[in-house]
Amino acid sequence: MSHSALNRIGEPVQPNALPPPGHVRRGPRAWLQRNLFSNWVDTLVTLLLAALVARLLYRWVVWLFVSGTWHPADIRTCIDGGGACWAFLQDKWRLILFGTFPYEQQWRAGLALVLFLAAVVLSAVPATWSTGERRRWLMVGWLVVLGAIGVLLAGGFGLPRVEARFWSGLPLTVMLAFVGMIAAFGLALLLALGRRSTMPVIRWISIGYIELVRGVPLISLLFMANIMLPIVLPRDLVIPNLMRAQLAFVLFFAAYMAEIIRGGLQAIPLGQYAAAKALGLTYWQQMRVIILPQALRVVIPSLVNIFIAGFKDTSLVVYVGMSDLLGTAQAAKADPKWYGLFMEAYVFIAAIYLIVCATMSWYSRYLERRLANPERGS
Amino acid sequence: MASKPVIVFDRVSKWYGPTQVLRDVSLTVMSGERIVVCGPSGSGKSTLIGCINGLQDYERGTIRVTGVTVSEREGTAHDLRAGIGMVFQQFNLFPHLTVLENCTIGPRLVQGIGEDAAVSRAHAVLGRVQIADQAHKYPEQLSGGQQQRVAIARALTMQPRIMLFDEPTSALDPEMIREVLDVMTELASSGITMIVVTHEMGFARHVADRVLMMDRGEIIADEPPSSFFSTAQPNTRVRGFLDQILTH
Repeated sequence: MSHSALNRIGEPVQPNALPPPGHVRRGPRAWLQRNLFSNWVDTLVTLLLAALVARLLYRWVVWLFVSGTWHPADIRTCIDGGGACWAFLQDKWRLILFGTFPYEQQWRAGLALVLFLAAVVLSAVPATWSTGERRRWLMVGWLVVLGAIGVLLAGGFGLPRVEARFWSGLPLTVMLAFVGMIAAFGLALLLALGRRSTMPVIRWISIGYIELVRGVPLISLLFMANIMLPIVLPRDLVIPNLMRAQLAFVLFFAAYMAEIIRGGLQAIPLGQYAAAKALGLTYWQQMRVIILPQALRVVIPSLVNIFIAGFKDTSLVVYVGMSDLLGTAQAAKADPKWYGLFMEAYVFIAAIYLIVCATMSWYSRYLERRLANPERGS
Repeated sequence: MASKPVIVFDRVSKWYGPTQVLRDVSLTVMSGERIVVCGPSGSGKSTLIGCINGLQDYERGTIRVTGVTVSEREGTAHDLRAGIGMVFQQFNLFPHLTVLENCTIGPRLVQGIGEDAAVSRAHAVLGRVQIADQAHKYPEQLSGGQQQRVAIARALTMQPRIMLFDEPTSALDPEMIREVLDVMTELASSGITMIVVTHEMGFARHVADRVLMMDRGEIIADEPPSSFFSTAQPNTRVRGFLDQILTH
């Protein structure tokens, strides 16, 4: 910054005087000083934290690279090395990703994942849903992709059949999360609208449902779906394990999403309802075209929060005997050949969880910015 | 000039909880009439016009619009709304839609006409309110006066026989009131039935066929402007009210 001999009101500038208000110095040095070293307490905290971070990072770097075993090896060499054992992951990555899916058929699970990922990425681009016609094509595209994924996982059209209980690993996690969140969102919309309905019966059913489900931990819902449901239901009605867990997820997250959506609905001025109604729109038209598009826009951050929580909470299905990504990681460490190693498997799946969740939160920030801008070119 | 009654209130009463906001209101509006409703705040003016298209419910009496009783329960209110345009104090444009989309949504969804026909109809009404060049903007990019003109256009896209205005200029900066009143005056000359809640006494004097004054849920005056604004106005409550709003 440039120093002048006099400040704005004509007084001589003291050495070390703070810059006048409104005059903020720029540049990395100024930023550091302002945020990290502005007084001795800040300086002390900064130095302590820096030391801590450096120590943690150092141990990680040593574990990963310095004492890590990168070349093909057996467990003895790895343990002698004292660091990360990449040979273990090289041996086990397919087990961790695809679990008990038949080994020679795992390309199908992999292809299903790739197809799904491609569909998600394509749908995330705003240009894909900018016009009504494109949205219709997108729907058709999704139906095709989901159909193809179903065939790839289950078999048919010449592919050998794979029973649902062998679906595991990442495809299972993604399926539980995706199907669960979509269905929960649909149910949540109805519950949120129901809770604000003028019809008492519908309102009380919605409130009762939401409060009941919110008062129960997810894990107990999963146990109930897994153990109680088969007892309660008639004997000849057999619902596969997977679907029961899926149902528990949908029921659980619908209650939370419903409350979030209700918050968004409350943020819409009453005048919007009045104007939509006065125009002659029916209740469902009002909701679909006027109210929900505005309400959902408000609650994107909270909804994404729930999506992220939902994605991670799929790992609870381990406790009802299913092998999602966490389950397969645990299976990988149980192999006697690699007995004693587990960090690598957990780091591997943690990286997958982290990438997915970070991508979701990045995308939600992007959407918010985009929707906040009035000059949305479509 | 007026031919047959289009809106008939027969001893209508309405309560908000314990407070009675309409007291045995009876009123007949003939086709093509232009009516201005004024009165102190809380006197029931907005409630009165809100009952005509069923945005508000009423507890006693009957309201008939074009011979049909307005009833939310029987669904007649919903059917009638398509033929009754309404303009609000706060504009209430749909902020997530462009001006053009605001004006095509009613015809497309309620009347089921095609996209192209809806767009050309929207352009026509936007031209009528002098705002055709803003069709692709979003409401928040327009001034208050422009937004209110779009709101009028949006109501007109439904080709209503009745237009209700609920204090259309009260939320506007003074310099924008004129442009909205001009549009309303032009509309008034088209033969449409209009009920306007407003304190714009100049508009009432020059455009209205009848001026109604409400006080505490009752219609206390219902006269042509010539006698309503006459210095010989016998009703002291009307005189008091007029003195109050005309002297500042």
